[in-house]
Amino acid sequence: MSELGELYQQVILDHNRKPRNFYEMEQATARAEGFNPLCGDQVTVYLKLDGELIKEISFVGSGCAISKAAASMMTQALKEKTKEEAEKLFEQFHRMVTGELDENSEPNELGRLKIFAGVRDYPVRVKCATLPWHTMRAALEGRETASTEDIGPDISSAHISA
Amino acid sequence: MIAAEKDLNAVSELGHWDVERIRRDFPVLHQTVNGKPLAYLDNAASSQVPQLVIERGTRYLREEHSNIHRGVHYLSQRATSAYEGAREKVRRFINAREARECIFVRGATEGINLVMHGYGRKFVGPGDEIVISEMEHHANIVPWQMLCEEKGARLRVIPMNDAGELLLDEYEALLNERTKIVAVTHVSNALGTVNPIKEIVRIAHARGIPVLVDGAQAAPHLPIDVQDLDCDFYAISGHKMFGPTGSGVLYGKAELLERMNPFMGGGDMIRSVTFERTIYAGLPNKFEAGTPAIASQIGLGAAIDYLNSIDRAAAYAYEQELLRYATERLSSIEGVRVIGTAREKASVISFTVENVHPHDIGTILDQEGIAIRAGHHCAQPVMQHFKIPATARASFAFYNTKEEVDRLAAAIEKVIEVFN
Repeated sequence: MSELGELYQQVILDHNRKPRNFYEMEQATARAEGFNPLCGDQVTVYLKLDGELIKEISFVGSGCAISKAAASMMTQALKEKTKEEAEKLFEQFHRMVTGELDENSEPNELGRLKIFAGVRDYPVRVKCATLPWHTMRAALEGRETASTEDIGPDISSAHISA
Repeated sequence: MIAAEKDLNAVSELGHWDVERIRRDFPVLHQTVNGKPLAYLDNAASSQVPQLVIERGTRYLREEHSNIHRGVHYLSQRATSAYEGAREKVRRFINAREARECIFVRGATEGINLVMHGYGRKFVGPGDEIVISEMEHHANIVPWQMLCEEKGARLRVIPMNDAGELLLDEYEALLNERTKIVAVTHVSNALGTVNPIKEIVRIAHARGIPVLVDGAQAAPHLPIDVQDLDCDFYAISGHKMFGPTGSGVLYGKAELLERMNPFMGGGDMIRSVTFERTIYAGLPNKFEAGTPAIASQIGLGAAIDYLNSIDRAAAYAYEQELLRYATERLSSIEGVRVIGTAREKASVISFTVENVHPHDIGTILDQEGIAIRAGHHCAQPVMQHFKIPATARASFAFYNTKEEVDRLAAAIEKVIEVFN
């Protein structure tokens, strides 16, 4: 259970059970739908933008605990952030879950999102954690859909050889 | 000691299946995963390979490798003879009339695509209809959709009930003078259902309609007799029946294969080529352009040798007992729902756990050394029928054990514990 504890931490299980900001946003200014065709996971991310600022963010969809918790905690992390800050946080999150960033020794703004660091030991689950983020980015860029198959492998070479 | 040298009768007089002895033939099974003994329960995705097949492939690469059908030299003749020998083994395995009716392909997917291109594109026109079933693998849906789009034809779907059984009355009602082909699976990869192929063929043939059978999931479990089934095409994947990936067979009745267009153009499929005109080779070469997966197909021949060396009826009875036991164990766990409860099933059990996504089940089971499949199993319409996004699936071969089923049940209980 110790190894599993790294992935399925209580916080993640809690967000899976009770996802935050889990609703369809009627007054959204941007939205995108994300798919993982390998497992059928689907997420829709809604944004209410005020200029460069993310005023509101929500999601709906179906997926595994990792993707649901990642979406839930992403919405908490990005509220009241600028587009640029959101991009930067995604970049750090992505590098952390693919094992390219050591969240404890390198400077970062990940905060509570560090709980997803354990995903790096489960290469096939990286896409679960990043799907909501890719979808959020698609919404920011004015695209309507994002697919894990269009964004290339989310597995670092370090993982493959490990 | 290799399997072929052993006493081939793995079943004692009491009809007992000596699973420990069978397991010794499969080297990959003897390893630990995440510190636990591997329990490989993903056989419907790909089965494991016995030592006999590994050694046959190695021997080919060490001693016989050369291109086939071309050289007059010694090695080419040996390679050709091993490759054509494998074809003859396939012929006997499925009881085809002639070896030339057995086309070597990369797997069932390629076999179905071959028929779509060779038969479908030649004989299907605007307004024609193609009948498939609701429980098809994407490999037996997408090629036909592509054909329908190209030709302006229409895809009709045989519905199933909530147990996962095809509704034969509705099937019969779908057929009409525009139906050009029926394409159905012998065994459902997602549900385990064994379909009444003989009856399905009889109904179609009464109207002069040819039938393609996707046999990928049937070949590892059931005896196959294409003459008895009377099907027109039958597609098999070697890697699901204890052979190597890249091996497979499309069986077709000779008179149909001869009327069809080639699938791919290239070397080895011609009789003569000029810039004005090419005359195609006869069967089976007409459908085998380019250098094939020689080592893989020879390995498939060895997998057939292996299957012939065991008591397949006893193996099937043993798998059925594993299925019965697993169904009983899993059904008794609160929150577990078994998807696919057909009266006749192969040893495949799809299930869901309340409030837990199948991928999370798969990851936690993997930590216990248990390999299962989680997802839509390339059968999204099946998931849509049951209104679920995905299932977890355990699929058993004759080398799995009751103890592995117990470990599966215990691990599922752990999943429920973690998530509640």
